[in-house]
Amino acid sequence: MNAKGKVLKFGDNVDTDVIIPARYLNVSSGEELAKYCMIDIDPDFTKKANTGDIIVALKNFGCGSSREHAPLAIKCAGISCVIATTFARIFYRNAINIGLPILECDEAANDIENGNEVSIDFDSGIITNHTKKRTYQGQPFPPFIKEIMAAGGLVEQTKEKIKG
Amino acid sequence: MGMTMTQKILANHAGLDTVVPGQLIQAKLDIVMGNDITTAVALNEFKKTGATEVFDTEKVVIVLDHFTPNKDIKAAEQCKSCRTFAYDMKVKNFFDVGKAGIEHALLPEQGIVVPGQVIIGADSHTCTYGALGAFSTGIGSTDMAIGMATGECWFKVPSAIKFNIVGKKPPHVSGKDVILHIIGKIGVDGALYRSMEFTGEGIQELTMDDRFTIANMAIEAGAKNGIFPIDDACIAYAKEHSQKPFDSYEADADAAYDEEITIDLSSLQPTVSFPHLPDNTRTIDNVGDVKIDQVVIGSCTNGRIDDMAIAADILRGKKVAEHVRTIIIPATQEIYLECIRRGYVTDFIEAGAIFSMPTCGPCLGGHMGILAAGERCVSTTNRNFVGRMGHVESEVYLASPAVAAASAIAGKIADPRKIGGNAE
Repeated sequence: MNAKGKVLKFGDNVDTDVIIPARYLNVSSGEELAKYCMIDIDPDFTKKANTGDIIVALKNFGCGSSREHAPLAIKCAGISCVIATTFARIFYRNAINIGLPILECDEAANDIENGNEVSIDFDSGIITNHTKKRTYQGQPFPPFIKEIMAAGGLVEQTKEKIKG
Repeated sequence: MGMTMTQKILANHAGLDTVVPGQLIQAKLDIVMGNDITTAVALNEFKKTGATEVFDTEKVVIVLDHFTPNKDIKAAEQCKSCRTFAYDMKVKNFFDVGKAGIEHALLPEQGIVVPGQVIIGADSHTCTYGALGAFSTGIGSTDMAIGMATGECWFKVPSAIKFNIVGKKPPHVSGKDVILHIIGKIGVDGALYRSMEFTGEGIQELTMDDRFTIANMAIEAGAKNGIFPIDDACIAYAKEHSQKPFDSYEADADAAYDEEITIDLSSLQPTVSFPHLPDNTRTIDNVGDVKIDQVVIGSCTNGRIDDMAIAADILRGKKVAEHVRTIIIPATQEIYLECIRRGYVTDFIEAGAIFSMPTCGPCLGGHMGILAAGERCVSTTNRNFVGRMGHVESEVYLASPAVAAASAIAGKIADPRKIGGNAE
């Protein structure tokens, strides 16, 4: 599994209230939520983001509310991966559960700049910055989580289990 | 090597003798909870799994509390989908308008959560029930869906920070000041992925409502859970509210902690978190002159009876400032009734405040107190992120009920020790 795209860069503590404010939580469709993705931190985000683009942020990305609408809005806005120094824990498991690839890598999070072209190999955790011609070693998922991602998320994995 | 209290509860629910930090486990769940916003997403995911019934009709809890009473047509549709699902699945603990209150005050009050349980809730403040010595953590809608279908959830076993609470609590310092002080000290990611285990003789200074407030905001330090010892006060609370049997757990004497931090209650002052992060704290003597437009007293953090009592004691016989809209929200119907019985509602209304029905409403910028551009609110809620309670250019200052009530009277952030009250 791989991702490649242009980077949209953010700082520390990007919270779920700015990723998708509560005023839009009266709907649950990912396509609808995607229209307002990141609106309170960058009102032009959806105009700038193209399918396959990558969000890079610093520490504690996705802190705050447990709203799964946040990773869902990001995924449905076409973002192929989020790289950060660290993720808030509920966002981290929500992203895995819905099949939004995320990767922790302090070096990449700090070195990659807005607009850089970046690709990611999820199996090895290697992040390549094509603009700066550098690579960074991110932390690949443990096998347990790779299985969830490979199944297409926790729902798909559970479906198989329930079918037996 | 011994285990922390959290690790012991998780090991027991995973059917293991021992667990270590970082270990991925599958644990059995005692309670799976969701609200109107998160259940609306979860029920679709639940259906996708192919499950046709919930794992246990007693152990699934659905509370319609965020956008209720329905704030608009879309919210009404969401609540309707949750209601239909709850009826179809024969969910026994379904709380609609009339029975509903703010989930994290409601579940302990109704005796649904008790010590020693493993609880997941599709709401980040589910960590509140750690006050009862349970492992309780916020998760998303997909985890809720899978939890409802299978009665299990995957967890990465956390390491822990030990908070040794000592000393006596000064007047007008409450659980809110304790947790704001801690978050200010360790930062909004200071306990990321980890447990916050509270211990020490100072715990005896904290009422159960103080403990609920402290555990509630563990998430604001990034923690997976916050947890208190199962002591006499905790056992008395659990027995008063619930018929359920429960197991007692305590940390092993040789449990390993990443860090140990001592909090001396006697050194604490009323504390305020300035915009736009909960760790941006200042003690009340350093707040400067901050004029305000609104005060909110309520929420899953500070909408309990102790909080109402503190606010009533300060507001009784006084008037809120002309320009301050003061909104007081008891967290449950039972707390609402108790406020009537004790005469607090009269105190609040005569002081110029409004007293609302239970709802999460204003805390997350849902309804019942949205802020316009440039407005400032002192709020007993839990988050002061950009745009949290309304316009992106509004500001939220987090504080205790005592500071909030004093500020309502002064028209600016104020020290409750100077405004006075009958409490202490």
